[in-house]
Amino acid sequence: MAGSSFDFLSGTMATASYRSDYIRLTHLRRLYSGVLFLVLVLLFFGGFYTADSRNAGGFFDGLDSFFDFPAEVLGEAWSEIDGLPTLLWHYLPSLLETVNIAAVATLIGAIIGLLLSLFSTRGLAFWPRGIPLFRRSMDIMRAVPEIVIALVLIFIMGAGPIPAMIAIAIHTSGALGKLFSEVNENCDMKPVDGLASVGASWGQRMWFGVFPQVVQNYFSYALLRFEINIRASAILGFVGAGGIGYDLRNTISWGKGRYDDATAIFILLFLTIVLVDQLSSVLRNRV
Amino acid sequence: MMTGTQSPDLRRQSLAAIKRRSLLCFAIPGVILAYLVYVFFAFEVRDTLEDVKLDNAAILVGDSYSYKTEVSHNNRSGHYVVAIEGEKKGRYAPSAHPAWVAIDGENADIDLTDGYRVIIRDREVTFTIPGYGQIVALPTRRGVEVDLPDGPLPSWINLSKTRLNVKTPNGRISVTKAKTTIFRYFFGWELFWFTLDSPYNGLGITELVSLALSNERNENGQTHALAIFLDFWFNPMWRHGEVAWALVETVLMAFLGTIGAACLALPLGFLSARNFAPSLIGRFGLRRLFDFLRGVDGLIWTVILSRAFGPGPMTGALAILITDTGTFGKMFSEALENVDDKQIEGLKSTGASPVSQNRFGVIPQITPVLLSQILYYLESNTRSATIIGAIVGGGIGLLLTQAIITQKDWEEVTYYIILIVVMVFIMDSLSGWLRRRLIKGESTAP
Repeated sequence: MAGSSFDFLSGTMATASYRSDYIRLTHLRRLYSGVLFLVLVLLFFGGFYTADSRNAGGFFDGLDSFFDFPAEVLGEAWSEIDGLPTLLWHYLPSLLETVNIAAVATLIGAIIGLLLSLFSTRGLAFWPRGIPLFRRSMDIMRAVPEIVIALVLIFIMGAGPIPAMIAIAIHTSGALGKLFSEVNENCDMKPVDGLASVGASWGQRMWFGVFPQVVQNYFSYALLRFEINIRASAILGFVGAGGIGYDLRNTISWGKGRYDDATAIFILLFLTIVLVDQLSSVLRNRV
Repeated sequence: MMTGTQSPDLRRQSLAAIKRRSLLCFAIPGVILAYLVYVFFAFEVRDTLEDVKLDNAAILVGDSYSYKTEVSHNNRSGHYVVAIEGEKKGRYAPSAHPAWVAIDGENADIDLTDGYRVIIRDREVTFTIPGYGQIVALPTRRGVEVDLPDGPLPSWINLSKTRLNVKTPNGRISVTKAKTTIFRYFFGWELFWFTLDSPYNGLGITELVSLALSNERNENGQTHALAIFLDFWFNPMWRHGEVAWALVETVLMAFLGTIGAACLALPLGFLSARNFAPSLIGRFGLRRLFDFLRGVDGLIWTVILSRAFGPGPMTGALAILITDTGTFGKMFSEALENVDDKQIEGLKSTGASPVSQNRFGVIPQITPVLLSQILYYLESNTRSATIIGAIVGGGIGLLLTQAIITQKDWEEVTYYIILIVVMVFIMDSLSGWLRRRLIKGESTAP
């Protein structure tokens, strides 16, 4: 760009040097990208063979039998198709528990995340010197995988929905706290300053100055999180935290004869996730 | 400008709007509260809180920073065993007992510091506790005969006909007719670097470094540096080598899954973006495929795949790959639909081929978006790989669940948790760093 505009003024010599410079840089850049790409490809295939050799069944053997298990499950479910509505009804309470775990965890996580985000946004913080502290604590809450907290809590509290709920809520507070504080950083400070000038307290400044600006973004982030949390709550159930995941583990590990149950659970879980997915995108678009 | 006739109407309208708003402001917290109350009963919160086993929590916390050494005396054979955590792997050789244990044939003198002392003479156990007195216990054929100082029974002594348990801050003893065991607690993680059978156990860091740097060889002809590493790496109690492999497996699952999904999703994204799709039917089918892949959820994919591929990291990687192909396919096609047509038209006007149009007109526009999404998922999949590993039986997730299920080695659980958090932190900062370098740096770099 620069080369062509200077072209008229300084003659062809300068253009040639710009041109060669540009081409040299482009080649250098292509070289870097190429090396990076090569490294990535090598890592990928190296990783593939490592993972394959450490797996009980090989990748290519598994591909052949990929559809065996679904076929077996579906075959058995098909032969007992009449019982399916009853089974769907039977597992509905567990599904409700899974959804409840996700909903409560999102709710509590959003409330805690909201407070943490207000405490850790520059310009809004109640105690500005504590900002790094709250940021780090959010990082830690996000970093600890849910399964760690859930398993430890199951040991202390016994199996049930509450350990999963707490584990997901902790992770959600960290994740939403970070997203919320990014939203807060973009909010207009004029209403807050105006409220401060008339002597509003910190709580009043947040409630009347910040919330009206951010509440819609908060809402759509929380909805997205709810979707993620339903999956998390189902998977935590599988390691013993109750809900539909727990039932799935039981039906699967009992082996033959319970695959119609497993199919019912698959269907319920699939429908729920698709439903929440659609619902949340509709709601988010309306906001 | 408002006229006089309009203003009362407007006023009524706005008052109604405000009223509706404020009603909503009260209704939303009310609904949330009602929901929480419902959940309080649905989850049986009160029963769960009553069932909380604080003892378990105390064991967990205590074990995470301390370990115990057991001195046990078999009251029938008269043999003594001194072992860390009571494990075979932590057993002291009879000739090399720690200094606070003095054993002479059938008799023992065990120093629990601060004046706490246990003496065993011919099965008879005498436990001296400063500020309380002496407890004498004699295991017999029928049970345990105990002689306590006068006064009420303190809560830290647990006594029955067949068993005596005394818990003090300096140590704990338990006497039954078969066995007398004394536990002394120490701060830290036991034998973390080397087990007792290693010649390097108990050496200080300076000694180890000077040994490692020296050219001397040990009896097996290995250099000390190698032997030190091997003893640490194959430490039978902590299994550092296996743990390191488990961490690699976990990261590998996330890496293979994410990158594989991205590679599959890029062409599929082109085929399902409105402005690039060759056929509408194919686009519709692909869209539904993405929805299906995402909707079936990682859990179900994991379950299905572990039947076909058996336990291991490959199964976990495939589960992540399949789920994320759906997610990436949707995201990439949305990113492609948002590209600016001007650059493509510009290239077209110079007579560029369709491949060149995409290579120079489209790819540079979507690369930053795609890269940041891929890196974000890589980071979040590292966490998912932990839990997927617990289900498919691979990686650090498996080690963690196993250690928790045995309910014994909480120091190992703590170790794994710390490693997991460090791993996630490293992946977090790595992906953040890459994102900054590759995306923001792109405009300034050559």
